[in-house]
Amino acid sequence: MDLLSQHAGEAKILAGGQSLVPAMNFRVVQPSLLIDLNRVAELSFIREEGNVIRVGAMARERHLEFDASIEKRIPLLHEAVPNIAHPQIRNRGTIGGSIVHADPAAELPMLMVALNARLKGKNKSAERWIDAKDFFEGMFTTALESDEILVEIEIPFMPPRTGWSFMEVAPRSGDYAMMGVAALVTLDKEGKCNSAKLVYLNAGDGPVDAAASTQMLAGGTLSEKSIESVAVHASENEINPFGNIHASTDFQRHLAKVLTQKALKQAAQRAGESQ
Amino acid sequence: MTQVTLTVNETQYTRDVEPRMLLSDFLRHELGLTGTHVGCEHGVCGACTILFDGESMRSCLIFAVQADGHSVTTVEGLAPDKDNLHPLQQSFWEAHGLQCGYCTPGILMTMIPFLRDNPNPTEDEIRHALSGNLCRCTGYQHIVDAVKLASEKMREK
Repeated sequence: MDLLSQHAGEAKILAGGQSLVPAMNFRVVQPSLLIDLNRVAELSFIREEGNVIRVGAMARERHLEFDASIEKRIPLLHEAVPNIAHPQIRNRGTIGGSIVHADPAAELPMLMVALNARLKGKNKSAERWIDAKDFFEGMFTTALESDEILVEIEIPFMPPRTGWSFMEVAPRSGDYAMMGVAALVTLDKEGKCNSAKLVYLNAGDGPVDAAASTQMLAGGTLSEKSIESVAVHASENEINPFGNIHASTDFQRHLAKVLTQKALKQAAQRAGESQ
Repeated sequence: MTQVTLTVNETQYTRDVEPRMLLSDFLRHELGLTGTHVGCEHGVCGACTILFDGESMRSCLIFAVQADGHSVTTVEGLAPDKDNLHPLQQSFWEAHGLQCGYCTPGILMTMIPFLRDNPNPTEDEIRHALSGNLCRCTGYQHIVDAVKLASEKMREK
């Protein structure tokens, strides 16, 4: 922390290096100083505490993938992590590194928003918690100051009667997805929708939470028709994809609509099964 | 210069290196272990895959200084001796799993931990595990066959 406060603005934190080192190899970034966190053993824990799971920023993505309490308490995260790149990348890449990199096409930032995670920033003298929804400020930009590092992620257990789904479409397995969505549906005791959440990747300059669309579902029953109108609303009005060489914006919106319908159906079905 | 001491293929090495040197370059230029290939240098092609403390990783995305105190296995560490191949290598030979061979070391080093964790994989699982390694000869069908053959050979042992 001393090094970072002395060199704030010029030093880069090296976590798993699966995004930073490629950028350095291409000479896109040339930091004068790297501060390597790989030997900071106390940042790589995963543990349950009360109704949350606490994850150290240096926990490897591969450890998230095989953690039994994540599988049980936060199945959305468990199911989504294998979609991150390839095993060789997940063996080295960290949860904290991916979150702080804030790539709009990455899975972990949007999952943190979907799961209402809190992120703990720390500088030399103080710590603070930031809600995931306030953390991502834009493309590759977060609420962290240049003398702060992300040290811990707090993810609440998914509530009872909650179904989940994660879906993405990539040109090839392991590539960045052209579009992706995380869906959560919580039913009340009568089987009506208590709350729903849809968060998209590669659909704007950060994770996109389609809150106005999911609001349409609250208090109602999830039917083919209501799901379709939410998918149409979210894909036409709430996301703002940029398009790239693999997919035009029209195609991205089309994918968002189709994936939203499939994901909401799967999430609603799973929520029903847990009744 | 920074001093690093690491174990590569069960031999300990100590060298003075620039902190900026990649592990892939260290293996090739400092230790002369040119079996680890360098393709894209941004983690996509998989040619530089090695085992780092027993798990597959991209050696082009790790600095040599970060390997201090760690154990690395490269393709040179697979065969038990000069006259015999590792069953995975033997299977690639028998099933025509390589053409130009550039991607082969990275694929072998990906498949070692994969077959350790999945000794009896389906074709689908093999294809999924292969997705982080590109073969410009596009010889994927034979690579899949070779991995399947290797899983049979390694289960018999």
